[in-house]
Amino acid sequence: MTAVSESQSPAKPSDGRPLLEVRNLVKHFPITRGIVIQRKIGAVRAVDNISFSVRRGETLGIVGETGCGKSTTARLLVRLLDPTSGEILFDGEDIAKRKRDGLKALHRDAQMIFQDPYSSLNPRKTVGSIISEPFAIHGLLTEKGARKKRVQELMDRVGLNPEHFNRYPHEFSGGQRQRIGVARAIALEPKLLVADEPVSALDVSIQAQVLNLLRGLQRELDITLIFIAHDLSVVRHMCDRVVVMYLGKIAELAPNESLYGFPRHPYTGALLSAVPVANPSVSQRRTRQLLTGDVPSPANPPSACRFHTRCPKAQELCSKEEPPLEDKGRGSVAACHFPLSENEVRRQVATAETEAATS
Amino acid sequence: MTNGPLLQVEDLRVSFHTEDGVVHAVDGVSYTVESGKTLGIVGESGSGKTVSSLTTLGLTALQGATITGHIKFEGRDLVGLPDAELRSLRGNDIAMIFQDPLSSLHPFYKVGVQIVEAIRIHQDVSKHAARDLAIDLLELVRIPDPHRRIDQYPHEFSGGMRQRAMIAMALANEPKLLIADEPTTALDVTVQAQILALLQDLQDRLGMAIIIITHDLGVVAENTDEIGVMYAGRIVERAATDVIFESPQHPYTWGLLKSIPSLDRSRDEDLVPIAGRPPSLINRPSGCFFHPRCPYVRKRHRQVDPHLEPIPEEPGHEVACLLDASVRRQIWRGLQAGREPSSLRQLVEEGFPSRTPAVASAAPPSASASVTPEEEAAP
Repeated sequence: MTAVSESQSPAKPSDGRPLLEVRNLVKHFPITRGIVIQRKIGAVRAVDNISFSVRRGETLGIVGETGCGKSTTARLLVRLLDPTSGEILFDGEDIAKRKRDGLKALHRDAQMIFQDPYSSLNPRKTVGSIISEPFAIHGLLTEKGARKKRVQELMDRVGLNPEHFNRYPHEFSGGQRQRIGVARAIALEPKLLVADEPVSALDVSIQAQVLNLLRGLQRELDITLIFIAHDLSVVRHMCDRVVVMYLGKIAELAPNESLYGFPRHPYTGALLSAVPVANPSVSQRRTRQLLTGDVPSPANPPSACRFHTRCPKAQELCSKEEPPLEDKGRGSVAACHFPLSENEVRRQVATAETEAATS
Repeated sequence: MTNGPLLQVEDLRVSFHTEDGVVHAVDGVSYTVESGKTLGIVGESGSGKTVSSLTTLGLTALQGATITGHIKFEGRDLVGLPDAELRSLRGNDIAMIFQDPLSSLHPFYKVGVQIVEAIRIHQDVSKHAARDLAIDLLELVRIPDPHRRIDQYPHEFSGGMRQRAMIAMALANEPKLLIADEPTTALDVTVQAQILALLQDLQDRLGMAIIIITHDLGVVAENTDEIGVMYAGRIVERAATDVIFESPQHPYTWGLLKSIPSLDRSRDEDLVPIAGRPPSLINRPSGCFFHPRCPYVRKRHRQVDPHLEPIPEEPGHEVACLLDASVRRQIWRGLQAGREPSSLRQLVEEGFPSRTPAVASAAPPSASASVTPEEEAAP
């Protein structure tokens, strides 16, 4: 699958080797019973054998519903969680089994922005000490006054007033706190930034400010960005390629234009169809493809194709044989026996890309 | 009953006294809702959209709010009504669905017991009959296997099913008005689409009026007849749904529409964020409440407080903005064409009416430096 995604899609200036390569990554959380003697009685298969690669300088989006494993994937990539098995090649080196010192080195190059700007900043520390923490951990900028100067530059870059260096997180609004989180994440000039739902806790009018900031920083610092969100319109705006996850598996991986113009997996189609469009004339033209029911439990996922219990196109084969993730044209790879036809896409999905194709 | 709208809110003002000062949560809001119609109220957190609906249910007076104005439900004013009378309306003629279904269902009681309670408070039926009715209701909101589900606890339900159970409970007494406060915010898009379709279907069958409160313009685009946009405790624009999306007239509405990425717009189109952040409801800005964030602010806008007024030539479209209607139309056309708000400022520069677009689009006039909204000013 990695081979497919690399050969397709427009080439970005790079030395050819992807920054990050994920191979057969698995994360199972054990379910135990008993208080003193804990017996393992099952496992939540949060991430179940996924592979993909991320090119230097690109933005890769990961979307999916609650419980699809997107946040677990994010945490595995920066090794805040230990993978059960699989490989994560960062700059050609496997980081999946790294311990302590190796992780410290990794975190100079890979940083994360969290969803909740309220719980991800220590309330007892000043903003200045929060943003300079990475320098302290890695023993950088030891001359007198150098850290303060750098922190103030960072604050200025993310749109905070550098004079507010000595304030505490509670004195800032949600959007400003998210800027503090961004400043902390870019302090060491990492190669990879993983943003886990960075705007979903923010007010609508503030979201665009933070999205524009991330886009600007990425261009300026040439950071590779992995952008995780449940909101398909935000992902479309931000990302070059998109991974759609369902119950710990990759359902579809495609370049942005292909995914939004011609989704192949019925799950992608249903997700796009469900997004409310702020334009009544467009929304009246399309027929919603409503999925029935909720996402099944990842502790006990359906057999074969995991989507077959909710899939409008499911046939007998889908509950017997798991579809492989294979090339479906236009740079897309999808795991589906019966991918969507152009007519189905046109009926269900109303994106600018599908509109252009129809008219 | 048939003459006049079902719900008529007139000049509603709700304020709370706090240690820091008086919070003007709702400040002169008026709207009407007819039976069988859906009104959408859109606003950010702190815009007063939830407080105004809680007040309709009489749920803010208990928290020491000062309420003035009128809330006429079927002609009867609910403001100042004794709590006992409000209680007979609440959950009966007027029902509400809350944002977070997990915290609005009692974790210790089975879902069925909670629905039965809601029925038996307002209807004189036996426990057995109420239970049958509860099963019918769960079926109505399309919860699979209602006979088994009725004896389960809320934690055994998924998020979407809890919201369905909440809707079942709200419908228990066939309300005439259903208020849905961010009914889908905590849910995934696929489940959100299911719940919105369900509400639409139930309205078609039961003919109730619905008020949907949300921050998401997409949610209201497909499910409402009329929309009110709230900012800092006031309605700043009100119109039929199509009009709000096709020819909005308030700078805040433009900001909302242009700052959200949407699937139906080109991906290359830049997001135009609204600068700054919502004002404090204790120390509100002078003049137009939106002026500190408005790209088209004039000196006069900082002193004069605009009222919600009908737009000439556009019946049913009201807006609270001091700009001239024809200027507003020009600005919206410019924004639609992908121009930056700063390049459209010249349209409001008095004294330079003949300025050519070529000159103006090159750079914003230097005079604007002193009035550009400050980027998220310090708290």
